[in-house]
Amino acid sequence: MNLDFSVVPPFAGALAIGALWTILITALAGAISLIVGIGLALARIYAPGWIRALLAVPVFIILGTPLLLQLFLVYYGLSQLGLRLPAFFTGVVGLGLHYAVYNADILRAAILSVEQGQYEAGRALGFGRGATLRHFVLPQALYRALPQIGNNILVLLKDSVLVSAIGIMELVLSAQLAISRTFRPFEFYISVAAIFYLINLALEWALARITRRTEAMR
Amino acid sequence: MMTPMVELKGLRKVFGRLEVLRGIDMSVDKGQILSLIGPSGSGKSTLLRSVNLLETPTGGEVWLDGTRVNADLKGLAYERHVNGLRREMQMVFQQFNLFPHLTVMQNLTIGPMKLLGLSKAEAEARGEELLCKVGLAEKALAYPARLSGGQKQRVAIARALAMRPKVMLFDEVTSALDPELVDEVNAVMKDLAAEHITMLIVTHEMRFAAEVTDWAVFMDEGMVVEEGPPDRLFSDPEHPRTRSFLRKHLGA
Ligand SMILES: Nc1ncnc2c1ncn2[C@@H]1O[C@H](COP(=O)(O)OP(=O)(O)O)[C@@H](O)[C@H]1O
Ligand SMILES: [Mg+2]
Repeated sequence: MNLDFSVVPPFAGALAIGALWTILITALAGAISLIVGIGLALARIYAPGWIRALLAVPVFIILGTPLLLQLFLVYYGLSQLGLRLPAFFTGVVGLGLHYAVYNADILRAAILSVEQGQYEAGRALGFGRGATLRHFVLPQALYRALPQIGNNILVLLKDSVLVSAIGIMELVLSAQLAISRTFRPFEFYISVAAIFYLINLALEWALARITRRTEAMR
Repeated sequence: MMTPMVELKGLRKVFGRLEVLRGIDMSVDKGQILSLIGPSGSGKSTLLRSVNLLETPTGGEVWLDGTRVNADLKGLAYERHVNGLRREMQMVFQQFNLFPHLTVMQNLTIGPMKLLGLSKAEAEARGEELLCKVGLAEKALAYPARLSGGQKQRVAIARALAMRPKVMLFDEVTSALDPELVDEVNAVMKDLAAEHITMLIVTHEMRFAAEVTDWAVFMDEGMVVEEGPPDRLFSDPEHPRTRSFLRKHLGA
């Protein structure tokens, strides 16, 4: 077997753009997964029963079916019905909502783990219900949930390749394009794996930094 | 006649079928320091928590400086009314309940900034002054996790004072402390007493109550059994229940 990585540099630009898309998709989907996750967690604790029942339906679908199938359904399925959503939008929102469900579970447990005394201290100072949640309960829940949420984002990064299936030029699809020109799958897939590893490393480093900052609070 | 700072009229509280407060009448004047004593489970915490509506009274009236606290309002109007009044009566908890994700200074400034509209500089000036007062000026940037129990409780007192309340409510604030840390917290409360800040103090430390407070109320089974100046109440209790309670607790 002869490996020749000199075929890669001519496509460095395309791969870099692919990597940027991967990072952008992960960042946006990660943000959605966190924000919607917080909303879902709060709804599951505080919302009236009928809202919780209503929310259980999409949650059930998201947990019970593969993400790839969900992306296909929303992108190709809806377009057959005449609703053409942009691929990028579909991919980012699809990924984000999928991981929002997982984050919601973690956040729900984290919110419930914050001592009642914290809530009472906020109320006794004179803060309203919402402000007490926002200033005192939620931040502490987020700090507690951070390691697990970070893990989810790392998995999300890897799952972001799935959006290539609806035609988004992320890292893997960029590599496939290069492979179709050069017929050198091994070199390109190894390169892509290395790039993923680097992005992963950077993300882990950032998470460790945030975690270290929260250590003073424990 | 002067309006009392805090007044309870026929206060009742029921948890399910358990009647915890059975018609409490109580009046605290401005600048008065009142201690509330009684056996565990007699309803002292519930009474204190009914004053700032952490517990909603089942019946009766709570008044603060001429304003009905448990007003006959509904929904958002009630919320707003309660939030406004709570700012004027601050509570210190047995378990401190400092905000662990905020520094000591942030614990002191968040209320004044978000609720009273102080600027950051104003709130920090107030915070520094109070930290000096409780002897913790050098801990402003520390997180609560780095403090001892006694220090935490002093910060909690400073956090409450930062709201410039009309009344301070203390619920067994030294009970969770190691014995050697009790005095530093008591010393801070003695300072406050000397300034004649109106205080309701639930305590099981009879000596502290006798020394610091000017009126003592003995509660048992959700009712006021006996009250009076602490010297009189402690040396010459009239009611047998008071006598047996004091026999157990004065030895300490
Ligand atoms: N939230 C609650 N739900 C049910 N029972 C309660 C609650 N809070 C207090 N109680 C009961 O009310 C009684 C009085 O409690 P408390 O006011 O804490 O007494 P104290 O502070 O004098 O020890 C106790 O029997 C306690 O178990
Ligand atoms: Mg108690």
